[in-house]
Parts: sequence; C-alpha cells; structure tokens
Amino acid sequence: MTTEAHVEVKNLEKRYPVQKSVFRSAKDFIHAVDGVNFSIAPGESLGLVGESGCGKTTTGRMLVKLLEATSGQVLLKTDGEVVDIANITDKDDLKSFRSDVQMIFQDPFESMNPRRTVYDTIAEPLTVQRIGTVPERETKVAELLNLVGLTPAESFMFRFPHELSGGQRQRVAIARALIVDPTFVVADEPTSMLDVSIRISVMDLMLKLAERLDVSYLYITHDLAVARYMCDRIAVMYLGKIVELAPTEDLLANPMHPYTKALLSAVPVPDPSYKRPPVEIKGGISKSINPQPRCRFYDRCPMAREDICGPQDHPPLEEKAPDHWVACYLVDKQSA
Amino acid sequence: MALEQKPGDLQADPLVALEGAEDLPAIELTDPLWRIRLRLLWRNFKKNWGLFAENKIGLVGLFIIGVFALMAIAHPVLMATVWGGDNTEIYDPVIGYDAVVKEFIVVEVVTDPLSEIELIDARFTNINAQVGDIISQPQQPAPPSSKHLLGTDPLGRDVLSQLMFSTRAAFFLGMVAALVTVFIATTVGSMAAFFRGFVDSFLMRLADLILLMPLIPILIVIGGFWTIELWQLGVIIGVLNGFGGVAIVLRSQALAVSVKPFVDAARVAGGSKWHLIFRHVIPNVLPLSFLYMMFGVTEAISLEAVLSFFGLLNVDMSWGLMISVAQAEGYLLRGLDVWWLLFPAGMAVSVLAAAFFLVGRAMDEVVNPRLRQR
Repeated sequence: MTTEAHVEVKNLEKRYPVQKSVFRSAKDFIHAVDGVNFSIAPGESLGLVGESGCGKTTTGRMLVKLLEATSGQVLLKTDGEVVDIANITDKDDLKSFRSDVQMIFQDPFESMNPRRTVYDTIAEPLTVQRIGTVPERETKVAELLNLVGLTPAESFMFRFPHELSGGQRQRVAIARALIVDPTFVVADEPTSMLDVSIRISVMDLMLKLAERLDVSYLYITHDLAVARYMCDRIAVMYLGKIVELAPTEDLLANPMHPYTKALLSAVPVPDPSYKRPPVEIKGGISKSINPQPRCRFYDRCPMAREDICGPQDHPPLEEKAPDHWVACYLVDKQSA
Repeated sequence: MALEQKPGDLQADPLVALEGAEDLPAIELTDPLWRIRLRLLWRNFKKNWGLFAENKIGLVGLFIIGVFALMAIAHPVLMATVWGGDNTEIYDPVIGYDAVVKEFIVVEVVTDPLSEIELIDARFTNINAQVGDIISQPQQPAPPSSKHLLGTDPLGRDVLSQLMFSTRAAFFLGMVAALVTVFIATTVGSMAAFFRGFVDSFLMRLADLILLMPLIPILIVIGGFWTIELWQLGVIIGVLNGFGGVAIVLRSQALAVSVKPFVDAARVAGGSKWHLIFRHVIPNVLPLSFLYMMFGVTEAISLEAVLSFFGLLNVDMSWGLMISVAQAEGYLLRGLDVWWLLFPAGMAVSVLAAAFFLVGRAMDEVVNPRLRQR
C-alpha cells in the first residue's frame, strides 16, 4: 500500500506540555494525538471521525504544517517523490508544499479576513507565492468562482465577506484552497457551521471538485452522516488514537470496535417511534494528560475485561477483517 | 437523507440565487484593479461616514476642529492683509507691541486694576509718585477694544493674534504625537501579539514600566536639561504612549485577531510572517489605532499647555505660553478682572482637546459595533 499512498502518516504524535514555566520544564503532557497511522490513496477521501477533543483537528493541522508534530512522520508523495513534510524548511520547497497541500477551515465566518475582498482572499495563495500576473490572477479567480458556483463571478469578486452568506463564504474558502491546484486538501469540518439546507450543496460541490481535479481529501468531521456522504474510508478516533479504520460502508454496516458501535447507535434516526437502545458506554471522555498505559477506551468500554485489557498497553491497530482495521484485543480476527 | 438532491447543477441552487440578488453596483472587470479598490475604499468610507454622522457628538467635535483649523489658516492671511504692512509691529503675536497711554490713580491697594495703580508700580514710572496722584502710563494688559478684539497681554501684544497663531502649533503637535503614537503602538502591539513568547513579555513589561512613569514630572526633568522643541515634544509623547498604554490596548486587539482562522488560512496559503502581520493583523487593528490617535491628540494638546505653562518648551507662542506669561506677570489670581489673558487660551486648549475626544468617541462607535445605540 505504501507505494501507491498519496499521503502516509506514521506514528504521528502531538503532545502539549501542561503548566510549563520558565523555571520548571513540564512534567505533564496532554497527548492530543498519540501515535496515529493511516494512509490516503491518490484521489481518495478519508474521513476522520470522533468526538470533540479527540485530536482530529490537531492531526489535520499537522498535515498542513500549521503545527509541528512532536514525533512521527507525514510522508507526502509529490511529483513521484516521497518527502517527509517535517523536512520541508527550504523556502522553495515550502512554496511548492503550500501549493500541493491546502486546507478548508471549519468556520466560514472567521476564516475570511473581513477587510479583504473575495478576490483578495481567493487570490492570496497566488499573491503570496508570486504566481502569475495580476490579469492572470483575475482570470483564474473568476474561473474558480464559476467552478464553485458563485456566478456571475464579476459580481462576487469584489464583495466583502460580510456581504456573503455562510454557504457562499464556504464556497469562497473552497475556491481559495483550490486555486493553487492542490493534490491534497485537509477539510476541517467544512460543513459543520452551515445550515443543513446549504450543507448538501457544499458537500456535492466538494465531491464534484474532487472528481474533476483529482484531489485527495482528509475530511475531518464529527458527523457520521457527512462522513458517509463524502468519504471512501472512515477512521474513527478516540483520545488521540485511531480505534477503527475501514471502508465507509463496511464500517457502518459492520462496526467492530465498541466505541464505533456506540457512536453509530447515537446517530439520530428519523423515526419518532424508534426506541433508542440504552447507551452502552459509561462515563464521559477522560483526559488525555499522561494516559495510563492501557487501552484508552478501557474506562468506558462495556466489553472491557480486566484479565485481557487490564495489563496490556493500548491495542495496536490490526487488520481484523480484509481492509478493516481495529484496535481492540477483544475483537476476533475474521477471515472472509 | 431527506435533503438529498441531485449532485451538480449548482447554478440552480435557489439559495445562492436568492442571496446573490443583493443589488450592489455592478463592477466591470475591464477596470484596472487599483480603480476598483479605490471605488471600494470610497464605498467603505461612505458607509463609515454614515455611521459616524449618525452620532451628533462626533459632528460637533468635527465642527469645532474645523473652526480651529480655519483660525489656523486665517492667521497668516490676516497677517498679510488687515494686520500686515505697518500694522505688523502691532499685531505680530510674538514681537508685536501696542499700548494705549492712559491715566491711572495711584492707590495703596488696587481694587480696579483698569483705573488704579499700586504705589510701588507707579514709582517705576515716576519715582516721586504719591498715593492720590494721577499718572499717565501705557496700559498693558489692555481690555478688549475695537482695535484689539481680545485685548492685549501684559507685554502689549494682541491676544487674538496670539490665540490664532498658536492654533497651528497645537495642530502640529497633535498630529506629530498622534502619528508617532499610532505607528509605534500598532507595530509594537501587533508584533507582541503575533510573536508571543519573549517578544511579547519584553514589550509588555516595557509598556508596564512606561505606564508607571509619571509623564509630566519626567517631561519637566527632560525640559530642565534640554530645550524641548515642539516636534520633539510630539515625538516624546508619541514614543511614551506608543510603547506604553496604547500598545497594551492594541496588543489585546491584535491578540484577538491573530488567533482567527483567517490568519491560519493565510499561513496555509504560504504567507510569510510579515505578510500575516501587515496584511491580516494590522489592518484589523488599524481602526482601533485611529481611535487612539484621536485620544492621543487630546493628550498632546493638554500636555503642551502644561509644559509651556512651566516655560519648559521652546516655542514662540502657544496657548500654554499665553497663560504662562499672564502668570509670570502676576495676573493669574486676578481672575475675571483680566479674563482675556486666561480665558481665550484656556478655553482653546480645553475645547480643541475636547473636540478631538468627541470625534474619538464617535469613531469608537463606528469601530466597536457593540457601542452603537440601536
């Protein structure tokens, strides 16, 4: 799989020190992302699903170099070459990295500078990377605006963000991410702040563009329905660890990890007479400060067995069924 | 999913069509970019002006500033025409002299300074003067007359001319102080907020130190050692304010801006640190900077009056100096008897300082939408 992976993440970790001061180095760390492994094939979109605080946004931000990883590697394949993005420090390399990898942010109201026009916002990657002349940029921006469905482009180009609706802004944000022809886009809950009515059209737009421009997505979301609509594969994260990774339909039809099962049972069902089974997991999400060396889900797990899970470290992510990876000691290997 | 619709065909999205219908002037792409930007700036300005004009306080402030500006412009014009030529000796604000010779009754204790003269003063003119004598001597200060609309000062100079002449100095000082303040404070605040860590700690502790220093005593000490020119005073006020209190306020604003996702978005777009600071952080801090610029002018004008009053400023003529001269000649406690020596200058300082403050308050409402009364 390594050879064909577009993006490969190996043992990625991010730790934040707690209570650090000038005189004392930190003793405690928050393990925001704790050894995450996955890979994304070219043109694939991988969903990263989990509850808030589980480290999915941190993972995404490390992939676009907004954050430095504490340890681990992110390997990116560009022009047939595989590079570790931590080693991209040279100005020219960084420039090409910035046009290869882009990000779409969660909040369309905050991700655009209120003092700059739509044109300035969309053309920003071109301007800062000194790509093309001004008329060329204008043409390109107009083209992108048409592509994301903001037509006629001329009437949108010189508006300010406050003159746009949430959906329109998110389209602008998508246009900004796509103007440099990236091959990989990290989308951090791009639809979670949008009205449900606009959500579907933005998601359709992203799917259409992914197909047309051959972009791979890392799609971060907490909404399984969105992930199902958008993603080829889904990775479920819990407290900085990936607990289950499988193709979308396989994961939804046949969840193996107890956390994924609980997550799926919490999805709203559009049926008023539907009786929700009692939530199986207990307690709330625990803190990830210096976690104990055992399964992260141990305290809440309905299946936890002290003789098996208790003495062992967090279970490794293993292929329990073909292409279906689970991190749990209690799930048996199936062969199909 | 009930909301599912056919993928693609985005133009048909009814929501987009609805919201796109806002009627904004259609901008033709054939125009060069700079002209479009200019038009946008103008539109923005008009919008903000509308908000500003809603607040009558701000308009009053602007009107007062306008009146003073007219005074400043009118002075050289008057000096070249009505007060010019042969009259220059009379009306020059610094070296002019005009005093009507008037008869005074010599008394022991003066009750009416405009007709009586104390014995000890009379003996400067006539060594043999006695109580009850009537002696002739030039009257200075002289009360307002048709020749001198605001009277003359203790040295026989025209007060109105001085008042108008000083307006220029007040504006000049205010501008210098405000520009230096805003330039330094915006840069310092934005850098501190953006870089955090050591830069932040250093600049903010420096600001605390400056805040702790008593500004007026320090200026008096500086003025005692060196002659301070007007522009130097402006720069000193600007530097102290810029590294001090204003920097702290602007830093907190910049802090709120620099964690906004659009800064991250610009970083992902490949923007350098300086691009982020100058294109994203500072433009969003600038409105607040302008606000503090207005308050800075207020402070500078008042400080100038204080320093000139102590005679520590090397300036030909200023409002503070006018009061200082009245004080040096012993008229400060005479109160209303010689009102034209104190009131015009004192009022000018207060009113102009207040006018800038009012404009600042009105701008505050443009900048902080929460303050708007709606």
